[in-house]
Amino acid sequence: MSMYFTKEHEWVKVEGNVGTMGISDHAAHELGDITFVELPKIGATVKQFGVLGSIESVKAASDIFAPVSGKVTKINDALDLAPEAVNEGAEDAGWMAQVEIADESELKNLMTQAQYDDYLKTL
Amino acid sequence: MDEQLQATPICGRHRALQALMAPFGGWDMPIQYEGIIAEHNWCRTQASLFDICHMGEFIFQGDFEADGLEDVFTFSVNTIPVGRSRYGFLLNEQGGIIDDLIVFRLAADKVMIVVNAATAPKDFAAIQGRLQGGEFTDITAATGKLDLQGPLSRYVMVEVFGEEVATIPYFKFITINILGVEAIVSRTGYTGELGYEIFIPSEKVCELWDLLLQDERVKPAGLGARDVLRLEVGYSLYGSDIDEETTPLEAGLEGFINFDKSFIGKDALLRLKEKGVSRKKVAFEVTGRRSPRHHYDICSGGKIIGNVTSGVFSPILGRGIGIGFINPELTATGTPLTINHERVTMEATVCELPFFKGGSVRA
Repeated sequence: MSMYFTKEHEWVKVEGNVGTMGISDHAAHELGDITFVELPKIGATVKQFGVLGSIESVKAASDIFAPVSGKVTKINDALDLAPEAVNEGAEDAGWMAQVEIADESELKNLMTQAQYDDYLKTL
Repeated sequence: MDEQLQATPICGRHRALQALMAPFGGWDMPIQYEGIIAEHNWCRTQASLFDICHMGEFIFQGDFEADGLEDVFTFSVNTIPVGRSRYGFLLNEQGGIIDDLIVFRLAADKVMIVVNAATAPKDFAAIQGRLQGGEFTDITAATGKLDLQGPLSRYVMVEVFGEEVATIPYFKFITINILGVEAIVSRTGYTGELGYEIFIPSEKVCELWDLLLQDERVKPAGLGARDVLRLEVGYSLYGSDIDEETTPLEAGLEGFINFDKSFIGKDALLRLKEKGVSRKKVAFEVTGRRSPRHHYDICSGGKIIGNVTSGVFSPILGRGIGIGFINPELTATGTPLTINHERVTMEATVCELPFFKGGSVRA
């Protein structure tokens, strides 16, 4: 299992051909209190760096982009009623969607955990 | 950081508390400490302390009628009893709002005028330009202001300031000795909760801040929570909901205008009353948790009919709420509206203010 990150602060955890995705702890902290998460529909096809959904906090509204392409197989619909779960654990219980990864070679466009940690230091 | 930003005396304490700071009205201000929703909830249930030292304070001393002060605002200064305060507007000739403000009647011949931070310099110039005499002074730098707001604020205030504070009615104030100086304690605020605004010489404001925070019922709250709290009770924010292009008639604030006296902007307002306004303030609730935001379009029947001026997710109501300006014919309670911005769309319904009716403000 490994985690990869985008420059826009989304993560994907890869297990076989299943990718679980969400926003990073850093992004959740920056957004502040999260009040709404718009999730994709099950069965929808998402493209790498295309819109996966959106997220709103008291301070701001932002789009969430898919770290990898694939077909959505599962969504975390607990976030409908409890979006604060993203603040409590953005890289864990605050996951947003699971996809069937379409093309594993896309992972080379992402950062590893170590690369992402370095990237955060530059911001 | 912008070098021109001003800092309140309490700035160092905000940084020590690791507050998120941001520019507001030319000042470096705390937006949040532990989090906007937690601070909002605390203020609705306990007591929250806000650093409001950025707001402007002016003193006028003289003859209100002869020196021209009586004609400066949309309300009469002369009829405010000593020890009371009144809310209203400073208008331009077109009836547009230069600022919304509160006048405190300190003595028979003396008032304190409390104005918004960003507008303070232009307010001072506008008022001064209308006076024919008297003594008019900007005391902003010498004046610290703290707001203690929340249903438990009275108990805290009594412990710090004494029993006298317990019986101050809404929109009345007293002067009181504390920390060796004279402070003004006023039953006013911007949250919809029971609360007090305290004016104290700025060299003592940090000491008072520390003293109030010693009480475990009190936590600091930032401007983020303040904005959510004020919108839940429908108070206007200058610069967002009202400005020089907006008259009190459009903003639904006619109740703060006394048409029986003269004031600058009155002729324009009378003409507008006759003609009717072309846009009017509307309050609406969103179906769901999405938040309307400043500048989003308000639509009806597929057409843009106005825009959102303030919007937020209301933690106490659990849904998005907003204020905007639209065609007056579509402002009846219950009218369906659509709020649009890029990919985002939300259904909304016109409602009455305040959104949140359970506040302790008059307790």
